Amino acid sequence: MQIWLTLLAVIVAVGGLYYAGRSRAFAVTNGDATILHSNPAFHGGMVVISGMLPAVFVLLGWTIFSRYFADASVSALLGEEFNALSELEQGAFLRSAFGLSQSQQIGDVSSLQNKAIEGYSAFFASTTLILQLVLAALIVGGGYLAWRQIRTDLRARQFVERAVSFALIAASGVAILTTLGIVLSLIFESINFFQKVPFFEFLFGTHWSPQSAFEGVGSDTAHRNSEVFGAIPIFAGTLLITTIAILVAAPVGLMSAIYLSDYATPNVRAIAKPMLEILAGIPTVVYGFFAALTVAPFLRNSGESIGLSVSSESALAAGLVMGIMIIPFVSSLSDDVINSVPQSLRDGSAGLGATKSETIRRVILPAALPGIVSALMLAISRAIGETMIVVMAAGLSANLTANPLEAVTTVTVQIVTLLVGDQEFDSAKTLAAFALGLVLFCVTLMLNIVALRVIQKYREQYD
Amino acid sequence: MSVATDILHTNVQTGKETIKMSGQKVCVHYGEKQALFDVDLDIVANQVISLIGPSGCGKSTFLRCLNRMNDTIDICNVSGEITLDGQDIYDKAIDVVELRARVGMVFQKPNPFPKSIYENVAYGPRIHGMTRSKDELDELVTSSLRRAGLWQEVKDRLDQPGTSLSGGQQQRLCIARAIATKPEVLLMDEPCSALDPIATAIIEELIDELRENFTIVIVTHSMQQAARVSQKTAFFHLGKLIEEGPTEQIFTNPHHKKTQDYITGRIG
Repeated sequence: MQIWLTLLAVIVAVGGLYYAGRSRAFAVTNGDATILHSNPAFHGGMVVISGMLPAVFVLLGWTIFSRYFADASVSALLGEEFNALSELEQGAFLRSAFGLSQSQQIGDVSSLQNKAIEGYSAFFASTTLILQLVLAALIVGGGYLAWRQIRTDLRARQFVERAVSFALIAASGVAILTTLGIVLSLIFESINFFQKVPFFEFLFGTHWSPQSAFEGVGSDTAHRNSEVFGAIPIFAGTLLITTIAILVAAPVGLMSAIYLSDYATPNVRAIAKPMLEILAGIPTVVYGFFAALTVAPFLRNSGESIGLSVSSESALAAGLVMGIMIIPFVSSLSDDVINSVPQSLRDGSAGLGATKSETIRRVILPAALPGIVSALMLAISRAIGETMIVVMAAGLSANLTANPLEAVTTVTVQIVTLLVGDQEFDSAKTLAAFALGLVLFCVTLMLNIVALRVIQKYREQYD
Repeated sequence: MSVATDILHTNVQTGKETIKMSGQKVCVHYGEKQALFDVDLDIVANQVISLIGPSGCGKSTFLRCLNRMNDTIDICNVSGEITLDGQDIYDKAIDVVELRARVGMVFQKPNPFPKSIYENVAYGPRIHGMTRSKDELDELVTSSLRRAGLWQEVKDRLDQPGTSLSGGQQQRLCIARAIATKPEVLLMDEPCSALDPIATAIIEELIDELRENFTIVIVTHSMQQAARVSQKTAFFHLGKLIEEGPTEQIFTNPHHKKTQDYITGRIG
């Protein structure tokens, strides 16, 4: 009910401001809107923006900072008993009190907690009304200031234009800031991790068993931890599975792209291309059980029949299925670049007496190569980041092996297993996940940069 | 050349002129639409013949029939008979790849491959296995570039991309590329339409020189160009061949009123 009332209030405010600005614009011209510099609609828009924007900012600011004010006012209430607690305990106490103050049922609590809960309730009860009044005043006041400026030569159109560009900047800012935030949190948590485990031991160690990490107090902790956080086996596993996936996806994807772009009749293409792209829409977990329940047993059985020992969870099964999963990336992007090679080159080659496959091999593919390479790069970074298939088909054991028939594990899978379940967020085990994430991020970032570079070069060639 | 084609050769001689290619009742349909109507045209060896006419008159369509480039268009259907040295080129026994090696083509827009200048010219000889050694290939590339009048300009930068040349140079590179496969007939589809007057003059001069070794069919929008470079001219209008004959006669004393109207600029 409340949400609908709020929404109604916002609609009424926006509509009222717009109507006020628009009718004022008509009024100052005595009904002849043609002498206005800007259309009346822009005047309405300007009044809406001037009224709503400051209010929105104040609301945002309050949402972010109100907890600080609340915490301060509550801790002032609590007195000696609270001040005796350590800083960490104080924070935890306030968090739980705040949480309880928001919930309907409050069970057994100490008197101090009860005091804190009441403090929070009182704080928000008193500030809510004030906030509502402030917002209303801002809307009316801002709108009035803009409304008063309306004259025939007011450049309301430019004002709206600036507001639009501001909105666009804000939208792209959201994406950029999110990326920045994630990267920074990865870096800081990784630094914490590297204080517990030496950087080079992590990057070049060959033994990975974080579950046996020692968390107790003792002089031996750092030494012991450095032995169980060697990430080489899981990087090797990632590399192995990704390599198998690319070996599957690159030839199949490329050949299907060539078929689609140069051999298929328009009718076949119209059906086959969307169907290939559906492959990209299948959830990876479906690929995962396909890999675990169909491909892995098949590989084991056929391996056994020729005397090979294949473990029931193997890098080969995961890699094969992952390769199938990324075929659409390779084929769809390659198809686009192959199609963008000008028809005149195909004609020129045919006019010299080359067959279709000679033309493709000697002219089209070299011309499209940069685009194809970047398609492969994107497919690789997709494969590196894939988790579900590996969890289900390749296992969790961090073997350092080059044999695709054995079980291996990858970076993403290890991150999952490190963070699943109840974990402390300051132990080396969980922090290792951040370090792995950081390494993974760096690798895919590098791949993406290379891919973008290659695409840029390709563009220069044809523009 | 085989004995059989030698005999055919003597059979189709008319006076001193040897008929190199010949079209009889050539009709072309693009789907439902008919683009060419019963075109009969002889192409004489070692001469330049110009195909002129307003846009959409079918002259390029006819040109593309001569090396079966229309095969790449699915909806295109060619009927009638076109012969090369007396042999039907639409016969099932004909290898279209070999035909296109014998009937080369230069396109309207220069279309060098994104390879080096050397590789562009060596492309045809390589795919047809025309040379026995690297030296022989070098020799063929050099002589092709020389005959296309491009050698002096590019001899020091054969390893640079063909696309780095100017428009006129690119078109001469395409001509060099076409003559490197040693074709008998060279088809040119408005080869100068994308070039400036100086580059055009160079290419026109080149066409005249190439006539010694090749039979040339050129489609052009410029009547001056047709008059300058060709011995025979054929005028197309609305998919029909209106008139053909010696260039001088077509331009000074055309038999048909439509030809007269076109060359004086009244239709087109």
